[in-house]
Amino acid sequence: MSSITRDEVAHLARLARIELTDTELDHLAPQLDLIIGWVAQVSDVAAADIPPTSHSLPLTNVMRPDENVECLTPEQALAGAPAAEQQRFRVPRILTEEA
Amino acid sequence: MTTEVLDLESALERYDPVLGLEVHVELNTASKMFCGCPTAFGADPNTQVCPVCLGLPGSLPVLNARAVESAIRIGLALNCEIAEWCRFARKNYFYPDMPKNYQISQYDEPIAFNGWTEVAVDGKSYRIEIERAHMEEDTGKSLHVGGATGRIHGASHSLVDYNRAGIPLIEIVTKPIEVPGDKAAAVAKAYVGMLRDLLRALGVSDVRMEQGSLRCDANVSLKLRGATEFGTRTETKNVNSLRSVERAVTYEIQRQGAVLDAGGRVTQETRHWHEDTGITTPGRSKEQAEDYRYFPEPDLLPLAPSREWVDQLRGTLPEPPPARRIRLQAEWGFTDLEMRDVVNAGAQDLLEQTVALGTSAAAAKKWWLGELARAANDSGSDLNDLGVGPEQVAAVQRLVDDGSLNDKLARQVFDGLVKGEGTPAQIVEARGLALVSDDGALRAAVDRAIEANPEVVEKVRSGKAAAAGALIGAVMKEMRGQADAAKVRELVEAKLSS
Amino acid sequence: MSDLTRKTAAELSDLMTSGQASSVEITQAHLDRIAAVDDAVHAFLYVDTEGALEQARSVDERRAAGEELGPLAGVPLALKDVLTQQDVPTTAGSRILEGWRPPYDATTVARLKAAGVVILGKTNMDEFAMGSSTENSAYGPTHNPWDLDKIPGGSGGGSAAAVAAYEAPLAIGTDTGGSIRQPGAVTGTVGVKPTYGGTSRYGLIALASSLDTPGPCARTTLDAALLHEAIAGHDPMDSTSIDQAVPPVVAAARRASVEGTRIGVVKEMGGEGYQPGVEARFHEAVELLTKLGAEVTEVSCPHFQYGLPAYYLILPSEASSNLAKFDAMRFGLRVGDDGELSAEEVMARTREAGFGAEVKRRIMLGTYALSSGYYDAYYGQAQKVRTLIQRDFARAYEQVDVLVSPSTPTTAFRIGERVDDPIAMYMNDLCTIPSNLAGNAAGSFPAGLADEDGLPVGFHVMAPVMRDDLVYQVGAALEAALAEQWGGVLMTKAAELEVSR
Repeated sequence: MSSITRDEVAHLARLARIELTDTELDHLAPQLDLIIGWVAQVSDVAAADIPPTSHSLPLTNVMRPDENVECLTPEQALAGAPAAEQQRFRVPRILTEEA
Repeated sequence: MTTEVLDLESALERYDPVLGLEVHVELNTASKMFCGCPTAFGADPNTQVCPVCLGLPGSLPVLNARAVESAIRIGLALNCEIAEWCRFARKNYFYPDMPKNYQISQYDEPIAFNGWTEVAVDGKSYRIEIERAHMEEDTGKSLHVGGATGRIHGASHSLVDYNRAGIPLIEIVTKPIEVPGDKAAAVAKAYVGMLRDLLRALGVSDVRMEQGSLRCDANVSLKLRGATEFGTRTETKNVNSLRSVERAVTYEIQRQGAVLDAGGRVTQETRHWHEDTGITTPGRSKEQAEDYRYFPEPDLLPLAPSREWVDQLRGTLPEPPPARRIRLQAEWGFTDLEMRDVVNAGAQDLLEQTVALGTSAAAAKKWWLGELARAANDSGSDLNDLGVGPEQVAAVQRLVDDGSLNDKLARQVFDGLVKGEGTPAQIVEARGLALVSDDGALRAAVDRAIEANPEVVEKVRSGKAAAAGALIGAVMKEMRGQADAAKVRELVEAKLSS
Repeated sequence: MSDLTRKTAAELSDLMTSGQASSVEITQAHLDRIAAVDDAVHAFLYVDTEGALEQARSVDERRAAGEELGPLAGVPLALKDVLTQQDVPTTAGSRILEGWRPPYDATTVARLKAAGVVILGKTNMDEFAMGSSTENSAYGPTHNPWDLDKIPGGSGGGSAAAVAAYEAPLAIGTDTGGSIRQPGAVTGTVGVKPTYGGTSRYGLIALASSLDTPGPCARTTLDAALLHEAIAGHDPMDSTSIDQAVPPVVAAARRASVEGTRIGVVKEMGGEGYQPGVEARFHEAVELLTKLGAEVTEVSCPHFQYGLPAYYLILPSEASSNLAKFDAMRFGLRVGDDGELSAEEVMARTREAGFGAEVKRRIMLGTYALSSGYYDAYYGQAQKVRTLIQRDFARAYEQVDVLVSPSTPTTAFRIGERVDDPIAMYMNDLCTIPSNLAGNAAGSFPAGLADEDGLPVGFHVMAPVMRDDLVYQVGAALEAALAEQWGGVLMTKAAELEVSR
């Protein structure tokens, strides 16, 4: 596979909401490139006719009845909040419109 | 700056609109999609949350069986194939109202797909192909504080309530809808209205658009008349009523028409409908298209509804809308035109419920399509959102039937109902609308009218019976309309012939 | 009193039921031990002195009142800091959760409490369980009690070290690619990864959802089995949890026999890259089992070698999504909220400040592998390798009952030796990873010390899904035979740790 550029890493960092420093970007690009080159060997054996496995268990239809259970109290819910106001989680101003 | 719009006729002359409607339905389950928190609307903030729907570290989702049942029934009611095996997927993106910063949804394996339904507009039937219906969870709700409008622009911070995070949603997506351009907006409205009625009949949702339990996003694109390639589409959100569906679609056709006519290109974007100003405005354009990095949800197991279960659920479906429409029309004795008017007004369910309470179909139609439709139009809302229900309409008609009210007075009662003044009985009392039934008072009024109008009396006595109308009018005026006109005529005639 | 810390959990339980010691005494003895040696070992991130003694008191009271208590009631335990314990600091070894006190107990923790187990505190780990040496902890590394300059393994180095340092007879770890077994191997203790789904993930701070498995750490196989039974079983709060009876692991550990057991030596897990001393102890162990009546053959699992690269695609992909919730909005660290910066900026700064280098590396990797255009090439392909590995196992289990290999290619390396070489670090998991990808049960049991460096070597036993009992049966048989040779389990050969008081 093609090598991963610093710009691509910067793009990934944006997608993952991590503000990497320039130094980190410099270091990560070649490291990721190396690792991606190494993991790419999965393609050597993963032929088209092999079905992918997403679960090791052959379970299906795991569901629960439509019943209410005890919730957290608002105090418990907000206990770990970095900031709270009016029994809600206070967050900094949001730039992007709701999707 | 006002956006250019083309007049609709010109737009439809040159372009064919193609629509895609995405409807989100909030299910009326007792608990959330992936946890046991309650779902009741309007609770105090953050009182219906748990580690799962708050997305706390270590929490895991467990699927609500009734949500699956509702999803399958919705799919069946839309003539869809129900997947023999399907999975959930994670849709990854960051947003403060998303506790996990991914939404558990379904990607390329929806529970239901390849269906169809029919809507009627102006007596003609249009078939709408359904691409898919899938399950997903709702987000929390944010209050934006500090800006002028309560919206994001200019806000200094936001306050987030996660009560609605995790509420079960079914998303229903149509295939591209291509109907004659002049019918497009009406078909869109009819589709959403039909869907609402269907979902209510299934008993899976409250389907209150104004409460957000039924949401519509309208995708609109134009293609050049005669072309095969689709144009660029926009997605319009905040379409909160049936009326808005029609208006927003119409507006987008006109707006995009103007853009294309001027030689420009339609921007692929999400737009926001404004009911008050009747326009769409662009949402914040994103720097890059979102990459949702979908992959199968590892915390949930695949769903493989047995064919036995699907068949059992098929048996619980209500009558399909076209068959129901035919049956009701026959029961009510309406002409095709009358039935069409009822359907167009979205009043079928309301009439049915009113008739079930003992009102005649004709009377039910008179009020719903008359007084109440007018009131709805005036306030720009739907018949369903007026705050007047079948019980009240039936109650008013009962008062007319038993002689307590006449039509004119009944109309005033409806005015009071729409204004939220109370029950019909309370309104009659408070406004003093009861028909005067006291014969003595009526006779006295008749006497006074006869005394005051000797020329009219002369005319009647000389053979011009029609002239009595003026006397009846005079009595009605004195009684401020609160008399049964037929009875007054009786008394007048009796008096004059004596 | 100090010899209370040398007892096994089973022995402690006997002492309590016979009235010779109370849980409070036992708990205090272990708290004293922690105070004496943990400055050097650094197995613990948080010691819950008050909470532990309270739990101990409660058990003593219940016992005194004549209540029927389980086999682990009153026994102390160290809990890997990746499981939520209500109102107790839970960090997952990361700065981003510094000070966070969960409002709920993980199911595993609830079961421990119900069993009367005394939770002494939370143990150190690689940040978000990403690592094989505990060097990725944001709170400093843990030191191997066998040689304090050496790594204790990872990601659950703290739990294994706590057990190896006699700070607790029992510990809970979690195993995603070897994080219980590899630390067990390099610290001379027992570490078992139950069948995936056999123990609940509810309350386990997720790394790779399709691989994470809580499991027991102890100094003996029987102790590990007792702990296994205390925590295993179906959990309705975890959709991936198995709804079947817990395999009879305690009975199997007591049986401790390999008479007639068909054992397959994995051909591909040996040779180049494996330390001679590790291989020597491994082959001796195999010979020993043969003498005890096992039928040993060599089995080829040709796709096992692809397990490592597949794992390092699947794990980062799932983890990149699992770690998205750490965004400064609802809990945890928040950096940069000055009233000016946007939520998006605060998220990005917080994650930059709160996540360590390995975590960032794997998040980037995972984000890449899942990106549009790359899914089929990377994550999609890796999931196919999983199928191939499961097939290798299935074919093997047609011929044999269990598969064996060394637990790790090398003994404990020096702290700092591999931090700059991620792929060299990943190689630690060569032997353990295939079981995670297939969901099988597997465990590491002490096999001896390597000649080169006198450091512990682990013997790795793999069994089919829901046959965890076979893992314990073989492990216990080996343990018993070796104990005969050594006069006790391997831990008894360890040098005394210097006490800081």
